[in-house]
Amino acid sequence: MTIKEVAALAKPWVSGSAQPFVRIQSITKKFDDFVAVDDVSLDIYKGELFCLLGGSGCGKSTLLRMLAGFETPTEGSIEIDGQDMAGIPAYDRPTNMMFQSYALFPHMTVERNIAYGLLREGVRKAEAMERVADMLRLVQLERFAGRKPDQLSGGQRQRVALARALVKRPKLLLLDEPLGALDKKLREETQFELVKIQETLGVTFIVVTHDQEEAMTISSRIGVMNAGRIVQVGEPAEIYEHPNSRFVADFIGSVNLFAGHVTVDEADHIDIATPELEGVIHVGHGVSCSPGQELFYAIRPEKLRLSRARPDLPNTFPAMVDEVAYMGNLSIYRLRLPSGRHLNATQVNLSRHVEDAISWDENVWVSWDDNAGVVLTR
Amino acid sequence: MSRALTTFAPFRLTASLLQRFGLGGRSLVIAVPVLWLAVFFLIPFLVVAKISLSEAAIALPPYLPILEWDGERAIFSFNLGNYRYLLDDPLYLNAYVFSLKVAFISACIALLVGYPMAYYIARSPEPRRTLLLTLVMLPFWTSFLLRVYAWQGFLRSNGVINNFLLWTGLIDQPLVMLQTDFAVYLGIVYTYLPFMILPLYANLVKLDPSLLEASADLGARPLATFFNVTLPLSMPGIIAGFMLVFVPAIGEFVIPELLGGPDTLMIGRVLWSEFFSNRDWPVASAVAIAMLIALVIPIMILRNAQAHAQEET
Repeated sequence: MTIKEVAALAKPWVSGSAQPFVRIQSITKKFDDFVAVDDVSLDIYKGELFCLLGGSGCGKSTLLRMLAGFETPTEGSIEIDGQDMAGIPAYDRPTNMMFQSYALFPHMTVERNIAYGLLREGVRKAEAMERVADMLRLVQLERFAGRKPDQLSGGQRQRVALARALVKRPKLLLLDEPLGALDKKLREETQFELVKIQETLGVTFIVVTHDQEEAMTISSRIGVMNAGRIVQVGEPAEIYEHPNSRFVADFIGSVNLFAGHVTVDEADHIDIATPELEGVIHVGHGVSCSPGQELFYAIRPEKLRLSRARPDLPNTFPAMVDEVAYMGNLSIYRLRLPSGRHLNATQVNLSRHVEDAISWDENVWVSWDDNAGVVLTR
Repeated sequence: MSRALTTFAPFRLTASLLQRFGLGGRSLVIAVPVLWLAVFFLIPFLVVAKISLSEAAIALPPYLPILEWDGERAIFSFNLGNYRYLLDDPLYLNAYVFSLKVAFISACIALLVGYPMAYYIARSPEPRRTLLLTLVMLPFWTSFLLRVYAWQGFLRSNGVINNFLLWTGLIDQPLVMLQTDFAVYLGIVYTYLPFMILPLYANLVKLDPSLLEASADLGARPLATFFNVTLPLSMPGIIAGFMLVFVPAIGEFVIPELLGGPDTLMIGRVLWSEFFSNRDWPVASAVAIAMLIALVIPIMILRNAQAHAQEET
């Protein structure tokens, strides 16, 4: 196999020849007059861990609920593994869902919660119990089999919910904010566990989350949603480094955004003038735009460089340090430009000697490479 | 509010007086229901218990005192004959058993009728839910006695139902419905249905809909979801509603009197006739006490079992 073929296998969405496992075609969901999901089309491939990312009310949960069969699409169609899901009730779908609230049955023990789906399916009790035991081992809850949900911690409940959703070996697992109720440290640990389990079992996961860091960490691809629409689909690095709109740039990570207009439009570079900077922003590659066009320029804080001596970079501007937030591994600088505009810059703390570091009220040069930023036309 | 009260001189005085006897605001709050129960439940209960141990007499009041003073000796005479009489005459035992049976079956029917109604109300969207709840409680705005009388008008041989059925030609003889056990069951279920619906509603409305979705998601059809999730989780509501119908139905007097036949011997009717027709207060009191014991013991056992079940979970 060539490297290209391996890559195509690992990333079926690149080659375009693979058959999508979940095929969502121009789906719309209206609640009375409110359009929750607006003409969404999406292909998800087998074995993916796909994240639907967006703020609250963006329609991501509604989309997930339509996949599970709890909501009926107003328009459009859903296909899972080649089968049209229209008219198929939730209890006949090859999907299982992990609920945001976990929705564990409070009157049943952990064991019976996990066995529930198998027994409904008509699996013999002995076999069901064996599979439950396997699942308990996978999520490391063997000792808690006899407990009721209210005798478990949040993290344990989360794992029971995952085990209950996985035990039926669904083709597609839907996870609604699976880690939302956990505290930060536990969430980070569980993220890796989740990915490990997903890789071990080879089940396709669709995860809904509002946490962009979580989405970046766990997913093979991210679909960013806003106001019922998918605004961008891509791998985490693609979404982060090549956002296609101001919304995505701003939603994923933090960003410094400038509004300006094109002054020079050449094939291999353009210049953007903005009232917030003295001088122009040089962009080292061609952009399909016209001279005078209003557009936006986004630059991530970690792509900015700070120095006391003026560096020789195309984009170099004077600034003053307003505030410094020391985070340990890095420091976040809040800079003030002569125009009064603020910029955020993060610097890795390479040296242990903080005394030498650039500090409050210093006049510095802020600079960046001419390919470090992204030009956004919408 | 409390500030205004404490600055008002007479209140301040009373409060400081009460505090001297160790009665703060908190114990006063508890004292109110305790006092209420003592005055309106415990004392009357003791009076009835006392009467049940005395001997009947043609006097005013119609029983002999249990404590007599002949100038030298205080003579206590506890007459347990009233209780033995209850055991000897099968009338009383039959009436007890029949009352329990009627109350039990009525509570079961009320549960079967009330559960779907409570479920529907709990699953209704907000404006309709309030309307339906109001409709459930609306009959309370009319006198209970009046409503039972109205049933007489429906059930009698030339009543509304029979007239209608005769008019449609479905029957050519009027059905005998009034003065039957059927009418008693109907009356009890009709009257006590709100007491079944309200606790069930209060329970079902709290049921997390995501549990039902989770059940469906795991492959349970609607009926399986009902029996595996909804029903077990609504058990506290079922027990509360059942008790609220079952307990008062045992001692029900008006409904069997107005709708039942002469052989519908429920304990409430026996009590009434002992008290007012026979003027045998001691036996009537014994009937009342025996009924209370017959009721309280099973309820306490049930509650005990429930508490144990709660501890285990």
